[in-house]
Amino acid sequence: MEQRIRRLGIAIVALFALVFAQLAYVQVFAADDIKNHPANFSRQLIAEYDIERGKILTADGMILARSVPAPEGSRYRFVRRYPQGDLFGYVTGYYSRIYGRTALERSMNDYLSGEAPELAISTFTDLFLGREKRGGSVIVTIDPALQQAARDALVPNEGAVVAIDPRTGDILALHATPGFDPNLLSSGTDAQIRDAWRQLNDDPEKPLLGLSHQELFLPGSSFKIVTASAALEDGFGPDSVWPNPHRLQLPLTNEELQNFGDDHCNGGSSQITLAEAFEESCNVTFAEIGLELGAEKMAAQAREYGLCATFPPERTTCEEQLIRFDLGFANGRFPEPAYFERNDPLLAFSAIGLDNDLVNPLSMALIASAVANDGVLMRPRIVTQVRDAQGRVAREVAPERFGDAISAASARALTDMMIAVVNEGTGFRAQLPGIQVAGKTGTATNGEGRPPNAWFTAFAPAGSQPAPEIAVSVIVLDGGDLGSEATGGQVAAPIAASVIQAYLR
Amino acid sequence: MSAVATRSRPRTGLLLLLVSLVVSVAAYAMVGLGLRAGVPGNVVVYGLTLGGAYLLAWGAVRWTAPGADPVLLPIAAMLGGLGLAMIYRLLPVDIADAQVLWLLIGLAAFVLTLLLVRDDRRLDAYTYTIGLLGLLLLLLPVVPGVGYSINGARLWARIGPLSFQPAEFGKILIVIFLASYLSAKRELLEAGIGRLGLPRAKDLGPLLLAWSASLAVLFLERDLGASLLFFGVFVVMIWVASGRVGYLIVGGVLFAAGALIGYLAISHVQARVAYWLHALEPANVNDFGYGQLAQSWFALASGGLVGTGLGRGSPDLIPFPASDFILSAFGEELGMLGTAAILLLFVGLIGRGLRIALDRNDAFGRLLATGLTMTIALQTFTIAAGVTRLIPLTGVPLPLVSYGGSSRVATFIMIGLLVRISAGPWEPRRGGAG
Repeated sequence: MEQRIRRLGIAIVALFALVFAQLAYVQVFAADDIKNHPANFSRQLIAEYDIERGKILTADGMILARSVPAPEGSRYRFVRRYPQGDLFGYVTGYYSRIYGRTALERSMNDYLSGEAPELAISTFTDLFLGREKRGGSVIVTIDPALQQAARDALVPNEGAVVAIDPRTGDILALHATPGFDPNLLSSGTDAQIRDAWRQLNDDPEKPLLGLSHQELFLPGSSFKIVTASAALEDGFGPDSVWPNPHRLQLPLTNEELQNFGDDHCNGGSSQITLAEAFEESCNVTFAEIGLELGAEKMAAQAREYGLCATFPPERTTCEEQLIRFDLGFANGRFPEPAYFERNDPLLAFSAIGLDNDLVNPLSMALIASAVANDGVLMRPRIVTQVRDAQGRVAREVAPERFGDAISAASARALTDMMIAVVNEGTGFRAQLPGIQVAGKTGTATNGEGRPPNAWFTAFAPAGSQPAPEIAVSVIVLDGGDLGSEATGGQVAAPIAASVIQAYLR
Repeated sequence: MSAVATRSRPRTGLLLLLVSLVVSVAAYAMVGLGLRAGVPGNVVVYGLTLGGAYLLAWGAVRWTAPGADPVLLPIAAMLGGLGLAMIYRLLPVDIADAQVLWLLIGLAAFVLTLLLVRDDRRLDAYTYTIGLLGLLLLLLPVVPGVGYSINGARLWARIGPLSFQPAEFGKILIVIFLASYLSAKRELLEAGIGRLGLPRAKDLGPLLLAWSASLAVLFLERDLGASLLFFGVFVVMIWVASGRVGYLIVGGVLFAAGALIGYLAISHVQARVAYWLHALEPANVNDFGYGQLAQSWFALASGGLVGTGLGRGSPDLIPFPASDFILSAFGEELGMLGTAAILLLFVGLIGRGLRIALDRNDAFGRLLATGLTMTIALQTFTIAAGVTRLIPLTGVPLPLVSYGGSSRVATFIMIGLLVRISAGPWEPRRGGAG
């Protein structure tokens, strides 16, 4: 019996040796693979919140996002705070342990978390000096005073404002109603975060999507900038003339296309020039221009302005993200030529920014910025620099050309036409003392029974020696406080003007 | 044993017990530091409570079992103290406080065992009474009105205000019965057929009976752990008693057959195998059964070699971290070194248990010590190998460490019996201290 008890002892030790071997495998040899398993997100998140994430700052040092030590009793060491509340929600995005990351928190995550290769030296230095690993800081192009001015100017309307420096593509302001406070999704208990998420998602205004760059709208007459560009690039000039009927009989149908308010343009004269039609925003003329230029040229011009090709209703989304943007961007859209083969008259509507033309204030501001920048479209830039935890510049982001949307000559001609809109035409409410503004109004139908969306797209200073410094696009939803009586000139132009004034003052 | 050794033993025991106390209280203090950035205010009261209880238990050993093994109680005390610290780390304070009470009750049960069982050989006299009682306790949860289920296994009995897992105590009585029965029938069982020594058909009765009882526990109570443990201990004991390898072979065949029947007939058993094989497949992440094994692995892996430190990991992400998965919680916060240390404590405990068996001259004492040790060893292996995914998970408590009153008290009774077996009979009127 003695021998068997000894053997039993050996057998038990052998069994335990197997457990030791398994422990060594799980805890040491395979530990990294197991830790990085996608199902291990809870612990990965805890590890992620264990390092001090970098700040998001404006060039003048205003803190838009920072990590602070979490209150006692939290599972996580740091908590993300957005000191400016809901003013920069669409810029920073949120950094939520339950719902992930958006906007800069998402696109710049590798830098903010300190994982990017450019930050390796800093991380190594910290490691060497026995300090904890810290993330890098991201410097943004937003001008905080202008951001505040954009918000103030929009009150009490619902809508969005985007302002760009045409020379660099820098986003100077990006504001949309209703906005949201990223703190709600980034700090608090899990229950509070879930509750806030539910409220934000149940809200019919969809506060988590920025009207400024993530939703799409019909541009209406604002799109005449694109149609006019296509005409100028095709050899027409501001003085080229078109027949000026009261209404336009559309080919192959009994449909008639009308002007705004069913007016007869240019006082009912028999002919009208491109410049006159642009100043007055004459639908009939631009429909004629679109039909004359044809789908190929219209689509090509739209693409050069950064609008991607769709084929509704089969394909309403873009096959490629034509313009990359760090905040996530619903690229503006224009149907591809094949779409119009099925239904020629639709080109008349597309030429005046209806049917399936879709844009947002960012796409329109980009179009205006190309006109302002001698026809050269710059990619939108929101991050200029990444600094490591020691404050050294780890990455510089240079301005980047998207391409030549129109020739410099066409840009000059179009600028003059846009100046006339402000000085003598539908955009007169955008006039500013001492500042020449160039712009284009838009009033886009918004579905049955709803007031129209009002647009104004502009840049300044225009036409004189200093190059334009700011391009702005404003949308006011549902006519704003003027409701169904609203036009882009009445509602949106003054808002764009006050933003321009705030910046150039 | 020499007189010198006998004199030095109590002091060795006291010293080791002091080490256990220090480790237990230090672990408790570290949990407070890691979790709330401060040593708990009641650490002195906590230390005095545990210290007082440990000291009383040591006094009882000294008084009623002089010359007993000096290592068993300190190891049990250290495992219990570490378990408590982890329970404080994982569960709300009031629930953990109740577990301190259960540790104290366990130590009281340990003392009571020493006082009541003055001579373990007297247990040999009630073979069938004890066996019947053990079987009764094993099957008590099946009795309508008394038994009830928690988490799918019908393990619980409620008598008046008291609710407990009778199988935890039943298995002690079964081991005593087996030691008694097998030591009496040894000569009969030793006869075998052929070179392998297969048991004769008429000697297969007890084996088949034990097998049927195990399957009954499995089917009626859905208690895979108790079923495996019961049959495993039985086969080992009959082999140790008879010396016939044939019993291991037939036992192994019956085990395989039982496992197959269980697998085919019980979805719960099939699920356990599936969880084990496919725990980390992404599609299964949100399923509780797979998820708990995956979380156990994640906890172990994030602990690495040295662990995050007590109170500084996230073992609360594992479902039921304080009961079945307490070893994984240790693995995360004390690392592989910590889990290995805890398992080595068990190896030490098991080694001492088998040593006690070897030191006895009578078959009953040897078999009893072997059976009790084997029960603890198999249970420890089952859960340790289960949470590390070496074998499919069977939910049994890690003895002395896991949350739970019945298991803790029952294990202390087993330790008490082992201490008694190591010390030999006690005659209070002649050899006592007072």
